[in-house]
Amino acid sequence: MKIYCLSGHPTLPCNVLKFKSTTIMLDCGLDMTSTLNFLPLPLVQSPRLSNLPGWSLKDGNAFLDKELKECSGHVFVDSVPEFCLPETELIDLSTVDVILISNYHCMMALPYITEHTGFTGTVYATEPTVQIGRLLMEELVNFIERVPKAQSASLWKNKDIQRLLPSPLKDAVEVSTWRRCYTMQEVNSALSKIQLVGYSQKIELFGAVQVTPLSSGYALGSSNWIIQSHYEKVSYVSGSSLLTTHPQPMDQASLKNSDVLVLTGLTQIPTANPDGMVGEFCSNLALTVRNGGNVLVPCYPSGVIYDLLECLYQYIDSAGLSSVPLYFISPVANSSLEFSQIFAEWLCHNKQSKVYLPEPPFPHAELIQTNKLKHYPSIHGDFSNDFRQPCVVFTGHPSLRFGDVVHFMELWGKSSLNTVIFTEPDFSYLEALAPYQPLAMKCIYCPIDTRLNFIQVSKLLKEVQPLHVVCPEQYTQPPPAQSHRMDLMIDCQPPAMSYRRAEVLALPFKRRYEKIEIMPELADSLVPMEIKPGISLATVSAVLHTKDNKHLLQPPPRPAQPTSGKKRKRVSDDVPDCKVLKPLLSGSIPVEQFVQTLEKHGFSDIKVEDTAKGHIVLLQEAETLIQIEEDSTHIICDNDEMLRVRLRDLVLKFLQKF
Amino acid sequence: MPEIRVTPLGAGQDVGRSCILVSIAGKNVMLDCGMHMGFNDDRRFPDFSYITQNGRLTDFLDCVIISHFHLDHCGALPYFSEMVGYDGPIYMTHPTQAICPILLEDYRKIAVDKKGEANFFTSQMIKDCMKKVVAVHLHQTVQVDDELEIKAYYAGHVLGAAMFQIKVGSESVVYTGDYNMTPDRHLGAAWIDKCRPNLLITESTYATTIRDSKRCRERDFLKKVHETVERGGKVLIPVFALGRAQELCILLETFWERMNLKVPIYFSTGLTEKANHYYKLFIPWTNQKIRKTFVQRNMFEFKHIKAFDRAFADNPGPMVVFATPGMLHAGQSLQIFRKWAGNEKNMVIMPGYCVQGTVGHKILSGQRKLEMEGRQVLEVKMQVEYMSFSAHADAKGIMQLVGQAEPESVLLVHGEAKKMEFLKQKIEQELRRQLAWAACTETPQHPCRHLAGAAEAGDGLLPEAKKPRLLHGTLIMKDSNFRLVSSEQALKELGLAEHQLRFTCRVHLHDTRKEQETALRVYSHLKSILKDHCVQHLPDGSVTVESILIQAAAPSEDPGTKVLLVSWTYQDEELGSFLTSLLKKGLPQALS
Repeated sequence: MKIYCLSGHPTLPCNVLKFKSTTIMLDCGLDMTSTLNFLPLPLVQSPRLSNLPGWSLKDGNAFLDKELKECSGHVFVDSVPEFCLPETELIDLSTVDVILISNYHCMMALPYITEHTGFTGTVYATEPTVQIGRLLMEELVNFIERVPKAQSASLWKNKDIQRLLPSPLKDAVEVSTWRRCYTMQEVNSALSKIQLVGYSQKIELFGAVQVTPLSSGYALGSSNWIIQSHYEKVSYVSGSSLLTTHPQPMDQASLKNSDVLVLTGLTQIPTANPDGMVGEFCSNLALTVRNGGNVLVPCYPSGVIYDLLECLYQYIDSAGLSSVPLYFISPVANSSLEFSQIFAEWLCHNKQSKVYLPEPPFPHAELIQTNKLKHYPSIHGDFSNDFRQPCVVFTGHPSLRFGDVVHFMELWGKSSLNTVIFTEPDFSYLEALAPYQPLAMKCIYCPIDTRLNFIQVSKLLKEVQPLHVVCPEQYTQPPPAQSHRMDLMIDCQPPAMSYRRAEVLALPFKRRYEKIEIMPELADSLVPMEIKPGISLATVSAVLHTKDNKHLLQPPPRPAQPTSGKKRKRVSDDVPDCKVLKPLLSGSIPVEQFVQTLEKHGFSDIKVEDTAKGHIVLLQEAETLIQIEEDSTHIICDNDEMLRVRLRDLVLKFLQKF
Repeated sequence: MPEIRVTPLGAGQDVGRSCILVSIAGKNVMLDCGMHMGFNDDRRFPDFSYITQNGRLTDFLDCVIISHFHLDHCGALPYFSEMVGYDGPIYMTHPTQAICPILLEDYRKIAVDKKGEANFFTSQMIKDCMKKVVAVHLHQTVQVDDELEIKAYYAGHVLGAAMFQIKVGSESVVYTGDYNMTPDRHLGAAWIDKCRPNLLITESTYATTIRDSKRCRERDFLKKVHETVERGGKVLIPVFALGRAQELCILLETFWERMNLKVPIYFSTGLTEKANHYYKLFIPWTNQKIRKTFVQRNMFEFKHIKAFDRAFADNPGPMVVFATPGMLHAGQSLQIFRKWAGNEKNMVIMPGYCVQGTVGHKILSGQRKLEMEGRQVLEVKMQVEYMSFSAHADAKGIMQLVGQAEPESVLLVHGEAKKMEFLKQKIEQELRRQLAWAACTETPQHPCRHLAGAAEAGDGLLPEAKKPRLLHGTLIMKDSNFRLVSSEQALKELGLAEHQLRFTCRVHLHDTRKEQETALRVYSHLKSILKDHCVQHLPDGSVTVESILIQAAAPSEDPGTKVLLVSWTYQDEELGSFLTSLLKKGLPQALS
C-alpha cells in the first residue's frame, strides 16, 4: 500500500492511495495562494493599479517592467492570475479509478484532473458538496472571465529569470506548471463525472475495496472516508470539526480500528478560538458602523458566511444596528442562500428539526424577508441603485485578487472610518493586502477556522486508536512562526509518518487475510477434528476460484479415470503431479507400541537399539532400519514397494494428519 | 440454515393497511404499519395479535420500517407503538418523518372529532410515537444492530417514499413499499442497484394495467377539466393534501397560464400552503427538473391556485376545487361532493385509487344512488371520471424493477388476488423468477441458498493468480471464527511440532562405472523423462528431483553393482514412489 502526495498544501490535499488493486485519489484541492503573487483584477478601471511602476533589476535592466509591477516594496505579476495545480507527473493520473471528495473546498482542482489527464473513472461526493462546489467554481470562473485581461505574463517564469526576482516570487514552486482558471464548460464536464453518495453508504469498488463517506462536521455535506477491505481499514480524515456549527456532527465512532489513519485539513490557525473570533467580528463590525464607516468582509459564498449571518441575526437588534443594510454580493449569492435551506438532512439536529415545522433551517431567510439582508450577483445593476452607506458587504474573493471585493478595497481603502474584517483563514491577510498599500482603512484579522486543532486531534487519536497515522509534514513540527510551541504538532505513538509534495510513502502494512467463501459441497466433505477444547481443525484441499476480486473454494476435481490404453502410454504420462500434496504430520511414535504393532502384523526378528535422540528399530530379515526420534521417523529399506507401503501405513497410524 | 419467512399482517392480497412481518436469519422486521380506510372497526388496523400472543412487540421485533407517509402505510403506527406497545426503533426517511405526524393528526381529527370514535389514539400518542423514529438518508447503510442492516432507495411514489433493503449476513430482502418507475411532474423514478436480494417484496396495485403514456393521460385530464368549466360546470378533484395534489396543481397551473384562463382554482384545506412548504424544503427529493430550476422559480409557488373557503362551494359559475381527502370517505371533499352531485354539468375526477367501502370506490364502480348517514339517499348525476394518476408502478414498471434488482424470487403484495395471479404468470414467463404471492396471515416460506461459511485465508494462501488453482491448507475453527491457513502455520499456532516421515530406498543397479558417472547417467535419464520437474545435478555428485535426493554409492563387495539411495519425505510420497520404480527398471544404455 502506497500514498502518492500530489499537493503540498495540508488543507487543500490531493493524495493518491494504492490499496489492493485499486487506485484512489483522495481529494482534489487547488492551491490558490499562488494568486497572491498577481496584481488584483479590478472590475472598474483603477488608475492606481494601472499606474504602478514597472519593476527593474538592481542593475537597472527593465526588460521585465511590462510583466512585473511594484507596489509599496512588493513585486506583483501583472497577468491573469494562475493556480498551483497538484502534481501531474508523479503518477499516471489516467490510472486513477476513483476520486473521493471530502468537502467542497477540496474539489477545486477537479476540472484540471478529470479533463486533462485521461482520467476515466468516477468521482464520489455528497450532494451538498457537489452543489456548493459547483457554486464555488462558478463564482471563480465568473470572477476571472468577466474582467478579460489582455496580458499573460510568462517571461518571469523562466528559471534563470525567476532566480533574479525578489521573494516571494523567487521561492515560488513549480511556476512552470501554474495554470489559468478553467472554463465553465470544463467545470460542467468535470461535475458530470460525479456520482452522489450519502453518509454511511457502502460503495463497492471492483469487489476489492469498500469506501464509505462519514459526516465530518466541518461543512454542509463534508465527509471523511473509510476505505476498507475485509481485513484492512484506512481512514481518511480531511477537514473535520467537533464544534457545533450548522453541519451534522462528526462521526468519530466509525473511525475506530483503523490500520492507517490519514490526517489532513486541520485548523490553519491553531491558536485562535473560533467562538472568540466571532465575538470579535461582531464587536468590530458594530464599532465601525456606529462611527459611520463601512465594513467589508471578504468571504467565500458558502460556509462560514451562514454562521456569521446567523450571529448577526441575533446580534444586530441588540446592538441597535437593525437599520444597517447587509449586502451579500456574489454571482452565486442567491443560489447559495437558497441551497443552504434545502439540505436539511445534512444539518445539525437543531436545524433539522426546524424543517419539520416547516420552517427554513437558517435564519437568513428571515433577514432576506425583512429586507435586512440583500443579495446581488455583482456591483453592477440593481446594487448601485439600492446601495446605502454605512453598510456591511460580504463578497469574494478572500484572496483580494479578483471578484467584487477588489472594487470595495479600492473604494473604501482610503478612509480610516472603514474596516475590512478577514474571517477566511486560507490566505495570509498581510499578503492579501500588499497590493493595496498604503491603506488607510482599518484591517481586522478574525480568522474563523472550525477544523480540528491539535488538542482535539490528540483526543481523537486516543479515542479511535489507529495503528499508524499519516499526515502532511507540516503537522509533525510546530508552525515556523511559533517554533517553541511544541503543543502545536501531532503527538502520537508510534510517531506519525509524514509526506510532502511529490513524495511517495510506502505504508507499513501487510495484507494477511482475504475473505473466501466455501461452497456447501466442499464444506460437507470437510472432517473437523477437535484438537483443543473449542478449537477444531480440518484439512482442506480445494480449488480456489477468483472472480471480480471475490474468492470461492470449490471441491477439487476428481482424479481423471485412466483412459483404457488405446495409445501406448509414455512413461512421462505416469509422472505424478507434484502439486498433489500430502498433509503434514504431527505427533510422536511410542517405540514399544510400535514394535508390538509390527509383531502383530507378522514382522519377526525385531531388534531395538537406543540412540542419543531416540531409537532404531531393526528388521533384520528385511534389511530394514527405522529411525524413530521425537519428531521424525526415517524408514530405510530396499526397493521393495510392498514392504515400504506396509511400514508407512503402520507408522501413519500413530500420527495425526494436517 | 438461515431462512426468510414473510407474514403479511395486513395487505396480503388486498390494498390498504400494509403491514408485513419479515423474519430473516433470526431477525424480525416489520415493514409498514398501515390502516385500512374502508373499515371503521378492528379491521381498520393490522392484526398484531399474531406477534403479541407470544410476548411483547419490543422483544420480538428488531425494528420497524415505514416506506412512506400514506396512511395505508403508516396510519396504524401510533396505535401500534403507543396502544399495543412498541419501544424499539422505527425507521423512515426525513420527509416521511416530517409529514407523517401531520397526516396522522388529520386522520385522527376526522375519526375522533367528526365521527366521534372512541378508543382512538390521541395527539400526544402521535408525538410520543414520532419520538421513536430514526430518520435515514437515501443509500445510507443503517446498522440496526451488529448483524441487521437496512438501506433506503428512492421510490418516487410520494415525497420521501423509499424502498428498503434489509440485510442479515448474506441474506437480504428488498421491500418496495409503493413506487413509481416513471418520473412525473414533481418526482423522479424509483431506482435500485443490482443488489440481488434473495427475495423482492413488491407492491402490485396496478399489476394488470399497462398504462398509456403519461402525456396522454395528462392531456385527457386537462381536456375534461377544460370542457367542464367552459360549459359552466364545477370540477371537484378529491386528493390527499400531499403528493398527487402537488403534481396536479403544477399541471393545472401551467395549463391555466398557457391558455390564459380566469376560472378560479381552489385548494381546500389550510394544509396546502404548509404542504407546499415541505416540498420547497425537501427539493432534493423531487425530480431533476425542479431541482435544477428551484433557485430561479420554485415550482411549488402557485399563482392561480387560491385557498378555498367553505362558502365558495355555493358560488355560481365554474370553478375547480381540490379537496381532501382523496377517497371521498369523510371531510371537505365529501361535503362538496354532496352539494355538487345533483348537477349533471359538474364533474368529479378521482385521480387515485379508492379502497373498498369508501364513497369514492362506490361511485367508481358505477353506483349512482348512495346511502348516506341518516338513511338519506344521494343521487349522483354529476359526471364521474377516473384518472389513474396515482403513482404506482404498473406491470411494466414492476418488471423493470425486478430487472434492476435481479432478485432470486419475488413476492407480490398490496394488490388484488386476481391481478397478482396475472402478474405472477407474466413475471415467471418473462423473467424466469421463482414467484410467491401472499394473502393476509398466510406464511409463505422461503428456502434460501446458503453458504456453508466463509473463512479468511492467510499468509501463503493469498490468491494472486487469476486462474483457478488447487490449494491446500488447514481450516482452524474457533467459535464462529473460521481461518484457512497453511498447514505449517496451523501447527505453529496450535503449538504442535511437525513430525517428519522420511523414506530412503536402496535401488540396486548394474553399472560398472564409477559412482560419479552413474549419478550423471541417472541425471540425464531423469532429465529426459521428467520434463515438467526440476531435476538438478549438484556439485557433490547427488541428483535432486524437486526435493527428492538421489545419491549413488558403491558397495564394496560387488564392483559391478551400484546402489542408488533415493530419499524423500511423506509429502513427496507419490513422486518418490514413482522414482524408485522407474529407477528399478534400470538405466538406458548410454550412447557413447
